[in-house]
Amino acid sequence: MSTLTTNYLAPTGREEAWRFTPLARVGGLLDPSTAIESVNSLRITSPQPEIKLSVKSAENLPALSESDDLATIRAREVIDEVTHIEVSANAQISEPLIIERSGLTGKPQASRTLISCGVNSHSTIILNNNGDAILADEIEFDLAPGSNLTFISLQEWSAKAVHLGRQHAVISKDATFNSIVITVGGSLVRLLPTVEYSGPGSSADLQGLYFATDGQHLEHRLHVNHNVPNAKSRVNYKGALAGDKAHTVWIGDVYIRANAEGTDTYELNRNLLLSDGARADSVPNLEIETGEIVGAGHASTTGRFDDEQLFYLSSRGIPAEIARRLVIRGFFAEIVGKIKNEEIENRLMDRIDSELAKVEA
Amino acid sequence: MSTLDIKGLQVSVATEAGFTEILRGVDLTIKSGETHAIMGPNGSGKSTLAYSIAGHPKYTITGGSVTLDGADVLAMSVDERARAGLFLAMQYPVEVPGVSVTNFLRTAATAIRGEAPKVRTWVGEVKEAMKALNMDTNFAERNVNEGFSGGEKKRHEILQLELLKPKFAILDETDSGLDVDALRIVSEGVNRIKGNSDLGILLITHYTRILRYIKPDFVHVFAAGKIVEAGGPELADKLEEKGYAEYTTA
Repeated sequence: MSTLTTNYLAPTGREEAWRFTPLARVGGLLDPSTAIESVNSLRITSPQPEIKLSVKSAENLPALSESDDLATIRAREVIDEVTHIEVSANAQISEPLIIERSGLTGKPQASRTLISCGVNSHSTIILNNNGDAILADEIEFDLAPGSNLTFISLQEWSAKAVHLGRQHAVISKDATFNSIVITVGGSLVRLLPTVEYSGPGSSADLQGLYFATDGQHLEHRLHVNHNVPNAKSRVNYKGALAGDKAHTVWIGDVYIRANAEGTDTYELNRNLLLSDGARADSVPNLEIETGEIVGAGHASTTGRFDDEQLFYLSSRGIPAEIARRLVIRGFFAEIVGKIKNEEIENRLMDRIDSELAKVEA
Repeated sequence: MSTLDIKGLQVSVATEAGFTEILRGVDLTIKSGETHAIMGPNGSGKSTLAYSIAGHPKYTITGGSVTLDGADVLAMSVDERARAGLFLAMQYPVEVPGVSVTNFLRTAATAIRGEAPKVRTWVGEVKEAMKALNMDTNFAERNVNEGFSGGEKKRHEILQLELLKPKFAILDETDSGLDVDALRIVSEGVNRIKGNSDLGILLITHYTRILRYIKPDFVHVFAAGKIVEAGGPELADKLEEKGYAEYTTA
């Protein structure tokens, strides 16, 4: 447990990074006078022989990357132990490693994890976030050359949970980072899936889905730093909103630095507004310091339910509520189908169905 | 024996300039087993007639009636109309991303039949219908109308017609965008379905081309929102020769 620090200044809400976030609802995580407990919050539920988990002192396992995110700065200052997940070099693991949260109390806590993927390893890790929490969480990914990691982060929190998280990958030569972020639960979730590169031929594929209903604030701030030549990135986030005061925020910042020749990047955000009173903010941002690139593009759309789709399905006898469900499931299928785990896919779709039914009732 | 009865149908559409009247009193009666062709120039309201019968929310009914065996079609929701036995093969079928053809067909068949089709027979039924329309089997795994060619979209419409077995089918410009081969396959599909059932057909078209394949019992000329002339197949021959000029200059 740490005391007040000199580096930390609580946000006021006027900062660009915090202007969308309802600071009154972050459970004190950003308040320097709040006591935040350091917690080792991860445990493995389906072990894999070539992946090990250990707890190390924060002094021995310093942060991999710099961050100016205030929640992360605050978390780093209070954390005394770090969870270290290591994938052995050359491991080829087809079954996913599943990790769960444990030790969360519903009071302000902070957790930090480093996931190190050995040279030429190939693995999938699924993180289940559920239950109550007021959590400032940082997960860093250290991808050694030639490694390939698919990381699936499921935010199925309880209705009152608060989650401020950073998921930052450092991708070295010829390594591939696949991130799938699914956020359906929580009162306030603010996640920063961010990427930087440390060698050419590296690649990031960041996929996400969020579904916000009554009063939920779900915020995803993507940041891709193309700071090496010949790296690739793809971002595709899809969101749906239903119910009063459902609010989603998607920020997609992509920077192509002067030395990042041969960069290939595209980012996309689509939002589906299912009812009045919901609000989706979507801000793609692309900054390019070199013209010597393969491609760079972005797109953002926010629209209402497509009445023509509904008409088409209804005209085949399908009742309106089933037709709506088909269209929404279809909208999310592109992302959910990438999880490649039938049990989780069905659970997510069922949750989306039932929350939708609650809103419509 | 069923009857689709359209009487004095008047339909308007909301535009920025207010309501515009498109259908100005359409009278038409179709019985089971009959094929009626509605022919007319672009903008005459043919498609509005099709979509109004199907219940598209864009159109406002301002007068007249549509009944199916005496039941008030205009009082039904879109899906109720389909379950009552009406089918609209659309000129521009809509893409539904993320929804596979398999899932869509099964959901629609379940709704129309009132119970889920038996898995064993259903798979065979779909396969056979697809084969008859020269459709590749991987078609079923694609998303509804997504990335379909013009011909694939129309074949997919006829596939639904075959599987959903309506009492009446409205074919809205089914011939548009089809090359000769695709037109032949689609037309043969319609004729086969009709040969195996008591289907009544309302065939909406601008060109006489499709009438070489699907023979109408009655031909109606549509202009300025209503039927202006009715006759037998010979009326189509006259239109082929002289066009719509005499109906549009009046």
